Amino acid sequence: MLANFGYKDGSGDFFITVDTDGCVKCADHPCIAACPAGVLEIIVDDYDDTVCAVKDGHRKRIKYSCAPCKPATGRPELRCVAACPAAALAHSW
Amino acid sequence: MAVEYWRWKEYNWHDPELDPRAAQVLSGGVDVGSVSSQAVIMADGKLYAYSNMRTGSDSPESARKAMEWALEGTGLAIPDVHFVVGTGYGRVNVPFAQRAITEIACHARGANFMYGPVVRTVLDMGGQDCKAIHCDDKGKVQAFLMNDKCAAGTGRGMEVMADLLSVPIEEVGSLSLSVDEEPPPVSSTCVVFAKSEASGLMRAGWPKNRVLAAYCSAMAHRVCSLLDRIGMEKEFAITGGIGKNAGVVSRLEKELGVKALKTDMDSQIAGALGAALFGRVLYVKSKE
Repeated sequence: MLANFGYKDGSGDFFITVDTDGCVKCADHPCIAACPAGVLEIIVDDYDDTVCAVKDGHRKRIKYSCAPCKPATGRPELRCVAACPAAALAHSW
Repeated sequence: MAVEYWRWKEYNWHDPELDPRAAQVLSGGVDVGSVSSQAVIMADGKLYAYSNMRTGSDSPESARKAMEWALEGTGLAIPDVHFVVGTGYGRVNVPFAQRAITEIACHARGANFMYGPVVRTVLDMGGQDCKAIHCDDKGKVQAFLMNDKCAAGTGRGMEVMADLLSVPIEEVGSLSLSVDEEPPPVSSTCVVFAKSEASGLMRAGWPKNRVLAAYCSAMAHRVCSLLDRIGMEKEFAITGGIGKNAGVVSRLEKELGVKALKTDMDSQIAGALGAALFGRVLYVKSKE
């Protein structure tokens, strides 16, 4: 399942996509510790899979929560994306 | 007292042909949304009763009222229902529910029941948010995207417009379709902007049907962009209250280039229906 967490508003689309089919195979979820803003958490989804998700409190301000990792120039690879061994995380912006 | 044009009719229904006492599993689903609450009772997987009413300020109370109204005249009470699943915005505040499941999974499952296993794309246009969902032939979610940051593209936005133009909410869709020529859409970015733009159009002499056509068109465009993000498969269905607005649905179909699947059932109960279907499976599992 591709779970898109975030929002779309007048300034653009801001979604973090979790491929839960890949995410569920990872036991350690290093993405959680890698995120300096504490955006991600582990949940048990509706189909009883233990997967990573964006915390409720960040979903409507994800553009700002993730901003420190997204400088305007010389943007490095995102820490959460780099940490994911299953390549199950993606950002839309 | 001022007329509340946004106020839609509440209703309940039950199947007098079905004997719920003969059913082995009575499962219930309660969808407590931000604007409306629905309760559905299923008897051995068959739709038996439902209600649809406005959500009040107290979610547990709204859930209880919706369920009691669905059960009205059936001779049943809430404890008679074997397993209840709560869903929607207030799903964690349904005191008599044994489990809470997100409305995304429930709408997909409900749409699968209502429209059949062919449905692959479900657009739930609710009171406070809009969800685009991809599902498989079992109604299991394959991908989803929810936008609940702003009211543009939601039922609440339509209620604001109905009140502004003094048009009963049930007549908005048909009135918007009575224009001779389709006007350009109003701002689809934000309901506040759309409302002020609509006020300006009225001052400029636009008739109500033209303003509504411009708003319905903006709403259709807004949700189309959500579908673009998750990809669109032509077997698509619309659930939620806006699914009853012919003005939005026809413009959406035009923009997408496909016709939405039709059903005789009430599209607004899809979430609660899905929850009741989950309830049945969970009850059977708990007895194994």
